Amino acid sequence: MNNNPYLPELATIQEIITETGNIRTLRITLNDKDRMERFTFRPGQVGQISVFGTGESTFVINSPPTRKDYLQFSVMKAGEVTSRIHQLNAGDQVGLRAPLGNGFGFDEMKGHDILFVGGGIGMAPLRTLLLYMIDNRADYGDITVIYGARSPKDMCYTYEFEEWRAGGVNLILTVDAEFPGWKERVGFVPTVLSEVAPSPNNRIAVVCGPPIMIKFVLFGLTELGFEDQQIITTLEKRMKCGIGICGRCNAGSKYVCLDGPVFSYDQIRAMGGEL
Amino acid sequence: MAVKIFIATDRLDSVLEKLSTKIDLWIPALLKDDKSGPTGFVPYEPGKAVAFDRQTTMSLKKVLLPQVETLLRFEYRKEPEGAINSTLAVEDRREARPTLVFGARPCDVRALTTLDRVFSNGPYVDPYYTERRKNTLFATLVCRQTDAKCFCSSVGGGPADMEGSHLRIVRTDDGYIVEALTKEAQSLLDNLGDAPDASREKQAAEIVEEVSRRRVGDLDTEGSAEAFRKRFEQTDYWVQMVSQCLSCGVCTYVCPTCYCFSITDEAENLKGERLRSWDSCMFYHYTLEASGHNPRPTKLERYRNRVGHKFSYIPERYEGLLGCCGCGRCIRSCPVSIDIRQVVGHLKENTNE
Repeated sequence: MNNNPYLPELATIQEIITETGNIRTLRITLNDKDRMERFTFRPGQVGQISVFGTGESTFVINSPPTRKDYLQFSVMKAGEVTSRIHQLNAGDQVGLRAPLGNGFGFDEMKGHDILFVGGGIGMAPLRTLLLYMIDNRADYGDITVIYGARSPKDMCYTYEFEEWRAGGVNLILTVDAEFPGWKERVGFVPTVLSEVAPSPNNRIAVVCGPPIMIKFVLFGLTELGFEDQQIITTLEKRMKCGIGICGRCNAGSKYVCLDGPVFSYDQIRAMGGEL
Repeated sequence: MAVKIFIATDRLDSVLEKLSTKIDLWIPALLKDDKSGPTGFVPYEPGKAVAFDRQTTMSLKKVLLPQVETLLRFEYRKEPEGAINSTLAVEDRREARPTLVFGARPCDVRALTTLDRVFSNGPYVDPYYTERRKNTLFATLVCRQTDAKCFCSSVGGGPADMEGSHLRIVRTDDGYIVEALTKEAQSLLDNLGDAPDASREKQAAEIVEEVSRRRVGDLDTEGSAEAFRKRFEQTDYWVQMVSQCLSCGVCTYVCPTCYCFSITDEAENLKGERLRSWDSCMFYHYTLEASGHNPRPTKLERYRNRVGHKFSYIPERYEGLLGCCGCGRCIRSCPVSIDIRQVVGHLKENTNE
């Protein structure tokens, strides 16, 4: 990054993928080719995308550092900036400040079995780590993914599921209710988790999804015998600066933008309740 | 180079006028044409009366952190042909001119240790604040107008504390003795006045000594970070302390250590600016997320966060540094008489209840 951490680098949208009715995926490259080639990040780190005139919002870089043709972000339409992003087309210019935040401890996870539990757009931060692990498959043990959405129409990255399975991932898909043509599981993610009941032995669980899902998944993991430090999740907050200065995204003395967004469950417990 | 000069009361304006030709000068002054109205720091203009009789209503933070400032300017240019739809130019031009704040108070200057830690000492450095800070000098009054709301000595400062100041101003019976405390400040005093005579110098020394001995405030902040953590979930405590809060945000507005800001874009057609403005954690919208979720939905969580930020989170993050300078402005300005000294002071009492 340059010496002004507020100054975004200019980037071009190369491709837009419509994931669901309200989620789009952007593939972007930095306009400075040298910078793009030298760009490095850890799975789980985030970027601030600027649509100048509307503002800036934080999204996880959901492509892995092992695949550098573009940087990928998935954006759910929710507020002003995300609505504006949904109007953009391939070829449009945006600003990018990245990488920011801490990322996953993918080195410490080596040699472990991994359980991913994702819900809806919450699959985005898991995808970067999942693909990183597929690209370094020998370093990790069993990789089980439980991914749920309201309906098959609300599921992201469906076009990649075969690639994930081919990469040695035990992929378990579920939707909240029966749907014509759906052949995978039906049921809420926490229920499916207790049915699958992955062993906590030598396993790290990485969880991301809507707050209500996280709440019950954490409960379910504890029931299965997972210790707090075996459970990793990512937090979201309203953010502005993204660099630990503006004071907005604190939970206790931690800033989600700088110290996070990745935290273990024992760290989250120590932060107090303002999540 | 001059180290110490005497300025007679009736010559102050002409001296300031001369000084303003050397450096951008800010002074404390009335903000409205009303002698009992609010005061704050403003750029010097000839004839503008210096408000030295009391602590300013507004702190001096706006000199270093303007209430609104431009971070970036941007412009899209449409490209009718090719793969790229538009080109985009973004610039972050900024300027920090040599500046002197004449008539700061020790509490206000001490408050900058908090801002410095947050803005200038990493992991990311805010270049806007940092460049302005490097170019700003402080001529600070030995403060003899402390009142019942002041508690600077409770939070590491004191009414004669000159840490971070470049010049010391002592108000004597018939004028001001201004002394350079750093080398860079000495040349500012050149040709502004004569050295004080022995009797005035003696009076000034006595004032400094007497004011240095004063202990302003009796709040005990020792262990407040830990006590805060214990109180965090005791809703009754926060209800009792802040149920009258109106969420008006004036405490954060007048506070010299409250620095939290927002970033917004203002644009017309294809051109615009990215602005930074003061924000307040007392407001509901401050933490409201696009999903509708709000981690601090009521004034209890919000006020608790303000106390926690100053007396627990900043100390935890930044090696014990307190986020409060004891100026007392939040107490003086609060329309419903919330007193942060009480809220912090009671943290440690009967925590086990």
